[in-house]
Amino acid sequence: MLRFILGFIGAVFAAVLLISFFSNLATYFQNPPAPLAAEAFHKEPKEVRFSSDGPFGRFDKAQLQRGFQVYSEVCSACHSLKMVSFRDLKQLGYNDAEIKKIASDWKTQVPSINPDTGEAATRKALPSDNFPAPFANETAARAANNNALPPDLSLITKAREGGPHYVYSLITGYTNQAGYKNEKGEELLKKFPDAKTPQNLHFNPYFANLNIAMPPPLTSSGQVSYADGTKPTVDQMAKDVAAFLVWTAEPNLESRHAAGLAVAIFLLIASILGYLAYQQIWHEPKRAVRVTGALDPENQAKTRRAKAKSGIAG
Amino acid sequence: MSFSWAKPYEPKNPFMRWLDERLPLPRLVYGAIGGGYPVPRNLNYFWNFGVLAGIFLTVQIVTGIVLAMHYYATTDGAFTSVNQLIMRDVNAGWLLRYAHMNGASFFFLVTYIHIFRGLYYGSYKAPRELVWMLGLVIYLLMMATGFMGYVLPWGQMSYWGAQVITGFFSAFPIIGEPLRVFLLGGYAPDQAALTRFFSLHYLLPFVIAGVVILHIWALHIPGSGNPTGVDVKSEKDTLPFHPFYTAKDGWFAAAMLLAYCLVTFFVPNYLGHPDNYIQANPLATPAHIVPEWYFWPFYAILRSFTVDFILPAKLWGVLAMFASILLLFFLPWLDKSPVRSGSYRPVFKRFFWLLVIDVLILGYIGGAPINWWRVALGQAASAYYFIHFLVILPLVSAFETPLPLPISISDSVLHGEAAEAAPVGQKAPRRGSTATAG
Repeated sequence: MLRFILGFIGAVFAAVLLISFFSNLATYFQNPPAPLAAEAFHKEPKEVRFSSDGPFGRFDKAQLQRGFQVYSEVCSACHSLKMVSFRDLKQLGYNDAEIKKIASDWKTQVPSINPDTGEAATRKALPSDNFPAPFANETAARAANNNALPPDLSLITKAREGGPHYVYSLITGYTNQAGYKNEKGEELLKKFPDAKTPQNLHFNPYFANLNIAMPPPLTSSGQVSYADGTKPTVDQMAKDVAAFLVWTAEPNLESRHAAGLAVAIFLLIASILGYLAYQQIWHEPKRAVRVTGALDPENQAKTRRAKAKSGIAG
Repeated sequence: MSFSWAKPYEPKNPFMRWLDERLPLPRLVYGAIGGGYPVPRNLNYFWNFGVLAGIFLTVQIVTGIVLAMHYYATTDGAFTSVNQLIMRDVNAGWLLRYAHMNGASFFFLVTYIHIFRGLYYGSYKAPRELVWMLGLVIYLLMMATGFMGYVLPWGQMSYWGAQVITGFFSAFPIIGEPLRVFLLGGYAPDQAALTRFFSLHYLLPFVIAGVVILHIWALHIPGSGNPTGVDVKSEKDTLPFHPFYTAKDGWFAAAMLLAYCLVTFFVPNYLGHPDNYIQANPLATPAHIVPEWYFWPFYAILRSFTVDFILPAKLWGVLAMFASILLLFFLPWLDKSPVRSGSYRPVFKRFFWLLVIDVLILGYIGGAPINWWRVALGQAASAYYFIHFLVILPLVSAFETPLPLPISISDSVLHGEAAEAAPVGQKAPRRGSTATAG
């Protein structure tokens, strides 16, 4: 009886699924969904190599410093970095005095109160402060950016598919929409005449819906002048700032890789030793069930021989 | 006490005797994992996954307790406490958090293998029905705990996952919406929901641990099953748990922890979703809301119902999703075949592998963005899932002719190895010398 009831329930679910199946196919073939410009013309992030990639990846400190320079001179005009503190810059190789100077020279001050009156005020940042946001709040940020909200960059390389490769591709991926073709050679504006980028937005095939509110941030070589003599091409600056944003999202990457290697070697040795111990312990039961001691036939034969030799009967 | 010949504990050390007379703790350990628990000698590696699940439960509880010391269960503070305080400032906080995140995935992974082991070898059949059902209770508790844990970092997927999953309840007519509001403590996930999810996420693992004890207790009455499905006939079919299975579990656990370590240290975010590194925003819906991978098959079943046929499609989906798990409780009565092991059931075996493929397809469909052919494939796969358990399994068990079973476990283990497998009381001949026994 139970099996009949359950079988019936199963048949009902299957029947409803069958109806759904055919109605889904009917809908698809009667009104096929219109292709979307964002699907046909979106590009996957470019191939680019970062020193932090892979299981043994480490940061290139000189590159992180250059990336930090790009962030502080370009990105920080709009984007906050609220989960990172000035003191964290020590990991990039700056010393305490340099960090103190970077903090106190930072273009935005930290909200505070006037110690005499208690009124709202601002003060210079200290190494213990997080990077102050360029805008006081979301409303201020939107008001200054055509109602778009520049996202916080602390975790951006973990919060986007493709991580630093995406950031690099996005920054360097701005292109002219007129005449833009995808890999299949289809021209966007010929195929989707309505997909023209609206005013105040910028065409970028690496962005999910192809139109991004951020204007191209890095436009010309030499926008930043690097102290270490590296040539500040747009490509170089984009790579450097993407590498820097890997660090802001995952400052413990190097210790994670180092610890992982040690733990993996430990567990590998433990597995091998454990496997050998297992083979040792299972050596006998895998072969036969045997008795030992006085009941062992070999021992019994020895006893018999000894008794016969010394003439003891029984 | 398990098998009738299970050895009672006889303390050798005077301190152990003293302790055992007052508190029989040594007896409990001996009976659980020592010489007092005789285990079939022919278990294969699929029998290691129960112990592995226990290991990952322990990993989760230990890392979770420490994480809770640094976590703020507030809608303002949760995201920052996880991504700034724990990941940057707490000593080895990143390790605790990544270990906990990926520990959940590995806990589910080994549990799924453990469940499919049970499905193939008929572990749900008499006399182990309660072992199976308690295991399903653990699995349901794990799903609840996993879901609530995923909400705690208060990222975009946390928030929208909570929105979608609690939305299931609103599919029920009349009581649905009030029930959803009651469960969330508001009209949308907010502070009240986050606080109670944190409270329950801390509580449920200990409930799981309690049910695990019942699961093992119920297992120790009939004893472990084995790949032949043939009952243990005598002591020679068994080996004491320690040292034989502690050694086998030991090295395999180290190997599994190695895999876990590689994921945790080198690709810790591979199994997660990038959107969860964006703070929860009730005003911005992510493009694709997907749960964690271990819920994908059920999510695919939920999304497969696209037609309002008598009942609304959403209600069909929710009913089917709950039914897809609850039907497993009836498995001992759906599959009436007296043969436990799939190895001796040629027809069952083929359908079993079809089910494995079916669940993998459902998993893929549940995690991928929808389009017309994925929806159609998901619908076919969901229909097969129900037909498999509720129609095919009872029919197969009624009509199938199983292969001949071995007489005993020893018989099956030692067949074809006559030279090495002397009967009890005789020593196996050594290699290179002629046997002269007795």
